[in-house]
Amino acid sequence: MAYSIDERAMMDSIIKRYPRSRSAVMPLLHYVQSLAGYVNNEGIELIAKLLSLEAAEVSAVASFYTQYKRTPVGEYHVGVCTNTLCAVMGGDAIFAGLKEHLGVENDGVTSDGKVSLEHIECNAACDYAPVVMANWEFYDNQTVQSAKDLVDSMRTAHPIPPTRGPNTLVTWKEASAVLAGINDGKAHEGIQAGAPTLLGLKISKEGK
Amino acid sequence: MTTTEIVDTITVVIDGFEVSVPKGTLVIRAAEQLGIQIPRFCDHPLLEPVGACRQCLVEIEINGRAFPKPQASCTIPVEPGMIIKTQLTSDVADKAQKGVMELLLINHPLDCPVCDKGGECPLQNQAMSNGQEQSRFQGVKRTFEKPVSISSQVLLDRERCVLCARCTRFSEQIASDPFITLNERGALQQVGIYENAPFKSYFSGNTVQICPVGALTGTAYRFRARPFDLVSTPSACEHCASGCDMRTDVRRGKTLRRLAGDDASVNEEWNCDKGRWAFKYVTAIDRLKHPLVRNDAGVLVEASWPEALAVAAQGLKANVSAVLVGGRTTYEDAYGYSKFARIALNTNDIDFRSRLSSDEEREFLASHVVGSSTTYRDIDRADHVLLVGFEPEEESPIVFLRLNKQFRKRALKVTAIASKLSIGLEKLKGDFVKTAPGQEASAIARQVLTAQSIILVGERACESVGALSAVAALAGTTGAKIAWIPRRAGERGALEAGAIANLLPGARLVSDAAARVDIAALWGVDSLPSTQGRSSDEIIAAVHSGAIGALLVGGVDPLDGAQIPESLAALEKAFVVALEIAPSEVTMRADVVLPVAAITEKSGSFLNWEGRARSFEAAVLDSLNRSDLRILSMIAQEMGAAINFSTVTAAAREIATLGRWDGARASMTPVSTPQAPELAPDQFILNSWRRLLDLGTLQKGEENLAGTARQTVAVISPKRAQEMNVVDGDLLKISTAQGSVTLAALVEDIHDDAIWAPRNSRGSQLLVHLGVGHGAVVSVAKI
Amino acid sequence: MTKLVPVLSAHWDEKDSFTIEAYTRHGGYKASQKALAMEPDAVIQLVKDSGLRGRGGAGFPTGMKWGFIPQGDNKEHYLVVNADESEPGTCKDTPLLMANPHVLIEGCIIAAHAIRAKTAFIYIRGEVTHVVRRVNQAIEDAYKAGHLGKGIEIVLHVGAGAYICGEETALLDSLEGFRGQPRLRPPFPAIAGLYAMPTVVNNVESIASVPAIVLNGAEWYQSMGTEKSKGTTLYSLSGHVKNPGQFEAPLGITLRELLELAGGVREGHRLKFWTPGGSSTPIFTDAHLDVPLDYEGVAAAGSMLGTKALQIFDETTSIVRAVLRWTEFYKHESCGKCTPCREGTWWLVQILRDLDAGVGTEEDLNKLLDICDNIAGRSFCALADGAVAPIISSLKYFRQEYLDQLANKGPLFDPEESTLFAPSKAGV
Repeated sequence: MAYSIDERAMMDSIIKRYPRSRSAVMPLLHYVQSLAGYVNNEGIELIAKLLSLEAAEVSAVASFYTQYKRTPVGEYHVGVCTNTLCAVMGGDAIFAGLKEHLGVENDGVTSDGKVSLEHIECNAACDYAPVVMANWEFYDNQTVQSAKDLVDSMRTAHPIPPTRGPNTLVTWKEASAVLAGINDGKAHEGIQAGAPTLLGLKISKEGK
Repeated sequence: MTTTEIVDTITVVIDGFEVSVPKGTLVIRAAEQLGIQIPRFCDHPLLEPVGACRQCLVEIEINGRAFPKPQASCTIPVEPGMIIKTQLTSDVADKAQKGVMELLLINHPLDCPVCDKGGECPLQNQAMSNGQEQSRFQGVKRTFEKPVSISSQVLLDRERCVLCARCTRFSEQIASDPFITLNERGALQQVGIYENAPFKSYFSGNTVQICPVGALTGTAYRFRARPFDLVSTPSACEHCASGCDMRTDVRRGKTLRRLAGDDASVNEEWNCDKGRWAFKYVTAIDRLKHPLVRNDAGVLVEASWPEALAVAAQGLKANVSAVLVGGRTTYEDAYGYSKFARIALNTNDIDFRSRLSSDEEREFLASHVVGSSTTYRDIDRADHVLLVGFEPEEESPIVFLRLNKQFRKRALKVTAIASKLSIGLEKLKGDFVKTAPGQEASAIARQVLTAQSIILVGERACESVGALSAVAALAGTTGAKIAWIPRRAGERGALEAGAIANLLPGARLVSDAAARVDIAALWGVDSLPSTQGRSSDEIIAAVHSGAIGALLVGGVDPLDGAQIPESLAALEKAFVVALEIAPSEVTMRADVVLPVAAITEKSGSFLNWEGRARSFEAAVLDSLNRSDLRILSMIAQEMGAAINFSTVTAAAREIATLGRWDGARASMTPVSTPQAPELAPDQFILNSWRRLLDLGTLQKGEENLAGTARQTVAVISPKRAQEMNVVDGDLLKISTAQGSVTLAALVEDIHDDAIWAPRNSRGSQLLVHLGVGHGAVVSVAKI
Repeated sequence: MTKLVPVLSAHWDEKDSFTIEAYTRHGGYKASQKALAMEPDAVIQLVKDSGLRGRGGAGFPTGMKWGFIPQGDNKEHYLVVNADESEPGTCKDTPLLMANPHVLIEGCIIAAHAIRAKTAFIYIRGEVTHVVRRVNQAIEDAYKAGHLGKGIEIVLHVGAGAYICGEETALLDSLEGFRGQPRLRPPFPAIAGLYAMPTVVNNVESIASVPAIVLNGAEWYQSMGTEKSKGTTLYSLSGHVKNPGQFEAPLGITLRELLELAGGVREGHRLKFWTPGGSSTPIFTDAHLDVPLDYEGVAAAGSMLGTKALQIFDETTSIVRAVLRWTEFYKHESCGKCTPCREGTWWLVQILRDLDAGVGTEEDLNKLLDICDNIAGRSFCALADGAVAPIISSLKYFRQEYLDQLANKGPLFDPEESTLFAPSKAGV
């Protein structure tokens, strides 16, 4: 796969964000992931070339971080939090339910390429437990059934939107571009906070 | 080496004993001064501290304030008032160490009986000294596919790895070759390469040596021996002029492996892969076992030693004779050739430069190199290092490591006068003074140096007319030091031994009557020949003209030199006595062939580029082969002109009595550079050097080593590539009147007039196929 | 009864709270204007005087940290914001950035000015796409409004899934484009941090607290909280409580008070154990309801305030299962650099899996504790200390439950009963 002039220009602009070019490794990995859907060898080799590194140094970084995938994932990558609190609150049941429902194991991808599944660690939304992430957007207070409905909706073209996120669920590649620091213009979409976030404020305003 | 620098010392107490050590000393090494061994894995004195393995935990308090937790002694420098308790006096430290050891072993396989490291394994040893008798681990061990080949010469068994990162740190910090890295994380963290890029570092063998377990092993040595079956001998590397201290391990008369020795002033604890892994040539090649004499039918037949020596002596005596000696002889052997030429042959026709050379070089060596002593330490202190005709990583790898150390430590400025930007120079972030081949002199003249600068001159500098004159002039005006770094291990010794036409041993000039008298007295002869002798090229010409009728040839490969057809014809024509370890282009044309000992079979020394003696003992003790020196002595005896060296020690003793020479020094007549040639659109000027790993004779039979050689390519500049419509990978045919080579193109940073190709690599043996090395005009066509 | 004091969270309930308009409407960017007119040292002094302490877990005084940066050294200085919120149970910075990213940006401007940094980096964890959007947009808008780009730049850097990058030196390595493994200290970041230059690394909440301090003064901030733990902070209640959520209160509030505000433990159930500041802080039980939740109070009771992540578990929760799951987390997130953490978590998980399955003897509990002793304080960074904290503390309070589970040769609890969607036990 050859990179277009625009893509190369984007990579140059990512490198220019930093005082030292090597810092651009991570956003560039997010970026090549946004193009190919995963971190492929072409991406690693180009990043190495752009930053005057050995490919080994780039792949060493890629393998350290769980969000960089070295094989393709689904168009919608679903993560079920099974860290203690979410697991206890239902995450284990949700994860088991989804595995069975999708017919895949951890890190598996459905045969239509639409959905991949991973059990994830704490995603900083414990007051919304149990939490499911899709392309790293929040789906709060999930149940086994709501999670099944979510993945079903992904496989029929109109995914259910995130609870706290943009109006529509973007694809894995689009989300990866956001993580590369590219503004997709959707920051204003969705709510500013869910009810648990506002609970203390609400109580305070009630005078307690 | 003595040092006059004032070093601040700090006194600390370790296990109740006071010890004073230089400021900055790490606790673990301060303990070593007291003979207290704190167990360790990741710690290595030449790598930056990392504190990863946590094996070296000790208790520390400073001025009565104790650290709340045990500290890694490999990361903490001593401080005044420090009281340290190691495992010997602290239960906390002892338990911490035993605990870490237990954790290190839970995932370590119990395959010591089949592991190459077994018997010399720091993990095995320290598990015994600082571990528990029983593991409490009853779970499932981590397993990996094993072994993984990370290059043709290094195998990786990941489940044995303790993740100390010595190998990856070496590759990054010392070699600047980060081709191996830590990958994944947590319990799955593992050493590895990028899938499309093997561990092709010239220094990869060091990682095998410093691996504290059997995770990295050399392919060639795997399953070949147990350490306790090996007999180790200190040795010196014969491959180049870097001068590495080495250790040779032999089992039942056969060298099984070589390791880098520890010499802080030279190679520290490192060496290159060629030095480590190219030794099979001694046994791989078909060694000569008996003397051979050409019979009346013109066939070489086996002969007895007395018969062969008699024929040799007779032939040399009956003719005007000259000596050609290769650049790989020991200092003592070279001294033998030098003395033999003067006493037995009564000639100064001797030259160790069996390669491209020039008269300008001979003057340069006599005036600026012989007797001089620029050292590695000077590199450590230099403000600027200028490279002329010298590619350190390829041609003297330990010099490269030293430059790299100083570059990483203090951003040492390195400048290269070169046609092509090399991989090594890129690693050193050096200034690349892009120069057309042959026009180096003017570029040298433009350099700004100081008296703290060093000019490292490679042997290739002689291939550019005027370059050495320019170096001499630059050093003269700036006070910069010169160091000449030949490629072969024996050249500096041969120069000091006077195995060259204009010098007698010990920097004495042939042209200086007092010097001749001095040496004649030492040798117990009335006089020495006073006419300056011929260079190797002149000797060949003299054979053809009939002025010389016999040649004594030792360790010469005519294919390494200029005018190969003329050289081979001269060997056919003259009466030739060859001293060799194996059949060669010389022996097949010789009249008498005398087998000699290989390097592992004799003792001796090399002088490295510094002029520092690198002596070694015979690693193989039961060899019947004799050194060149011994055989020369026997021929001389037979000729009635004794040189009296029955042993290497005798020669060494005589050399030691030479002493300093305060007599006349040579001067140098500057040579000017000819005009650059006009180039047609299809013409380039050739630039080349030998790569570290190539078709060199001493690398014969080392397939694993050859697997990590750099790709054979022809390099041209982007501008010329565009003009010729050439992209990477296109085939280029490089031609001269003598022949051609066809190589894949690589478009890189090189002078527009130049084309670079390796001098002696597979598919690119330029001296054989083109008849030229550097500076010649060649035609290039895309095919 | 301690009253909630929304400062950071004061305007989160406005629909457009994350926009620059909303932020400016409530006095946003006035504090930075004020601070930029002050001498940098005066800003540092102000923050020192306020008593603000790091909200990322360690509680180190923020002003003092800023004061460590060498002045007049002619070196580039850097501010790095740690927005890699990943400690299990911790969920305060994420909603803060979602609802009001500009307060962080304004805090960055003030802090950068104080430490004489021209560039600030916000290192945000990669698993929160929408938070990245909000922060990125806020930076763009702050540039457009002229708050940034006139001497202070902010660069957003997005992580990619590694808990260890919350450790400040690992974060710096990650930001420099390396594997996020902790660095040897010394040198400390204040001397040689990002690109080996003097660097301050602060948590989101710490920096976000600064604008209000600049506007309202150190005395105002000092007036809240306890003797050594000043100001307000976000307490995050999660798990088996009736109404989980964020509660901004003066330091020193107790869990009893917070639970009351949150409607108590899940109906029909009772408190079994809880974490005061994330999974790396030793657990508490119902005996600790009245511990003042400030740095000193929690420490005195044998744990740490950490990130004030109060994860509440009721009596339906198996302590062994909870601890196993946390241990699996630490094993997954161990960076691999040092032996005790890498190998220790590997081993601990295997033992705890057996214990969770009811396999083992009492001797295994002693072995477990001894292995923890060989890991705690022996590792390169604090991750492993955190990893053994739940194990040691759970054995301190619930040893009998471990033994009961072994006697039972299997789990004692039905996992379904502890789920959010379990049939209600109210009134049972």
